[in-house]
Amino acid sequence: MSAVSDCLLSVQDLHTSFFTDSGEVQAVNGVNFDLDRGEILGIVGESGSGKSVTAYSIMQILADTGRIVGGRILYKGEDLTTWDEKQMQQFRGRACSIIFQDPMTSLNPVFTIGNQMKEAVVLHTDKRGKVADDRVIELLELVGINEPHKRFRQYPFELSGGMRQRVMIAMALACEPDILIADEPTTALDVTIQAQILELIQALQKKMGMAVILVTHDLGVIADMCDNIVVMYGGRICERGTAREIFYNPKHEYTRGLLRSIPNVNNMKTKLIPISGTPINMLNLPKGCAFCARCDSAMKICLSEPPEELWINDEHKAACWLNVRDAMEKEGQPNE
Amino acid sequence: MSDTLVEVKNLKQYFPIRVSLTRTIPLKAVDDVSFTVGRGETLGLVGESGCGKTTVGRSILRLYEPTAGEVLFDGEPVTAKNIQRMRKQMQMVFQDPYSSLDPRMTVEDIIGEPLDVHHLCSNRKERREKILELMNYVGLNSEHARRYAHEFSGGQRQRIGIARALAVDPKFIVCDEPVSALDVSIQAQVINMFEDLQEKLGVAYLFIAHDLLVVHHISRRIAVMYLGKIVEIADADELNSHPVHPYTESLLSAVPIPDPEVTRARQRILLEGDVPSPLNMPSGCAFRSRCRYATEKCAQECPALRDVGGEHFVACWNR
Repeated sequence: MSAVSDCLLSVQDLHTSFFTDSGEVQAVNGVNFDLDRGEILGIVGESGSGKSVTAYSIMQILADTGRIVGGRILYKGEDLTTWDEKQMQQFRGRACSIIFQDPMTSLNPVFTIGNQMKEAVVLHTDKRGKVADDRVIELLELVGINEPHKRFRQYPFELSGGMRQRVMIAMALACEPDILIADEPTTALDVTIQAQILELIQALQKKMGMAVILVTHDLGVIADMCDNIVVMYGGRICERGTAREIFYNPKHEYTRGLLRSIPNVNNMKTKLIPISGTPINMLNLPKGCAFCARCDSAMKICLSEPPEELWINDEHKAACWLNVRDAMEKEGQPNE
Repeated sequence: MSDTLVEVKNLKQYFPIRVSLTRTIPLKAVDDVSFTVGRGETLGLVGESGCGKTTVGRSILRLYEPTAGEVLFDGEPVTAKNIQRMRKQMQMVFQDPYSSLDPRMTVEDIIGEPLDVHHLCSNRKERREKILELMNYVGLNSEHARRYAHEFSGGQRQRIGIARALAVDPKFIVCDEPVSALDVSIQAQVINMFEDLQEKLGVAYLFIAHDLLVVHHISRRIAVMYLGKIVEIADADELNSHPVHPYTESLLSAVPIPDPEVTRARQRILLEGDVPSPLNMPSGCAFRSRCRYATEKCAQECPALRDVGGEHFVACWNR
């Protein structure tokens, strides 16, 4: 996709599992992607698709039962999965920051905004005392919070949801990281506030040149924000490509189904076409393609073997046996 | 007008908020709201959190006792006295399919409860048949009848909630964010079911949601609320193509559309700041603190809904 030197983060064959009482849950199952400098990458999927777990694996902030069981995560060529906790602490915040869905639960209710933000500044930079305070005020201004001096002394409950998310973003940007991971950053917010926050992330991304991984289930947000998109289902990547390719030329039945099932400007007068069935049970993953139980065009091979990702064109890859069949038919070879 | 099924007239719903030991002030959750819902029609009600849209739905069904105003069902006022009978005609589907079903009841009992309350079945066999018919309507298998709510996925639970609402054969259902807790791929299943049931049974909906694309898809008309008041009400297509109220305008421009070219070509009209607290509302028009067209008149007097042509009503001084 790009020159080697541009690649900031490379996730290679990532496997993350949770070990629960009812067995091993393979939440992420062989995920690969590269993130370039200054790129906005969208990871889209339903709940349980493994999109958040992928993000948490990069930061290594999985729950106690979760573990990276295979694969590598290369940051500027170094493998994060071999790093110890101390090295990871340096990585988090300085190289890569994360903001979460719910800005209320990610802020500590008993400390003031200034206090919490200063902690991040003091931990990762050599600024102390008054200088650190000034940096916090500067960050609050950067994310468009009015009266930053007043907010500095306020507690999280005194701020609105949109304001809290701005504080989270300010905190994440405290050390000007190379990568910002935004995990459903606007799902808990109202539409008009969502627009403000998305605009803010876009503006800051341009200004600071960082790369953004945007994890969301909202295809509208993805269409608006992302250069490249990764579609996940059942812990695997079904399809990836530029925004244009994914929306106008989808090559995986799941992506096609998703796009048909959401209301859009051009299908207001026609019935939506839902994806049949229910989301996959991660405790009981099928042997073949994760989506085949809900796929109307499933073939025999889909049940038995997981499809490999195949290049559709140089901006687009998809993992679906139908593409293999189509390619073979084109070449005039006998069907399997 | 016999086409009108539900008429809401000057509905007010204030909640007392205690500010000190001796003093309470009213929180005006719904302030002077009027609209109608026709037979077999879907009226969408949109707005941001805290604008009072859920309260409107609940006040219509008298889950709250309204502070003032009237709700007429088929011309007959809904009162505390006749609400039991009225709820045979008006039902509700709730947002959260996890907390709106009793975890200790089987699906059969959940759907059967309204039948029992309203004495709609004379014997067990009839009750059982009715329940299975309802389950069939909403796409549940008969073998699900003896299971408990926790055994189902979110989409299936929402189906149970809808079957329960349909049990009494209502003419009007208040749907309070019925799809927002569901996964994207399941939302379409439930939206289609609402549309199919309407075609089949002729039931009217008040469809409350914050997702404007979903509301546009399912509704014939849409009402937009801001801080307890309806600011605009119009035909769904008309509202989306020609929003008149500045709030509707920015609300629509803020909706991310799942189409990269369309959504990137648009100009977002960003609103300044946050929604003011309903305890401390601006004088006059509640939206003026965030409105780019606000004038002095807006601060003095609250605009009323007026017709701008073609059943399109707007409450704004400047439009």
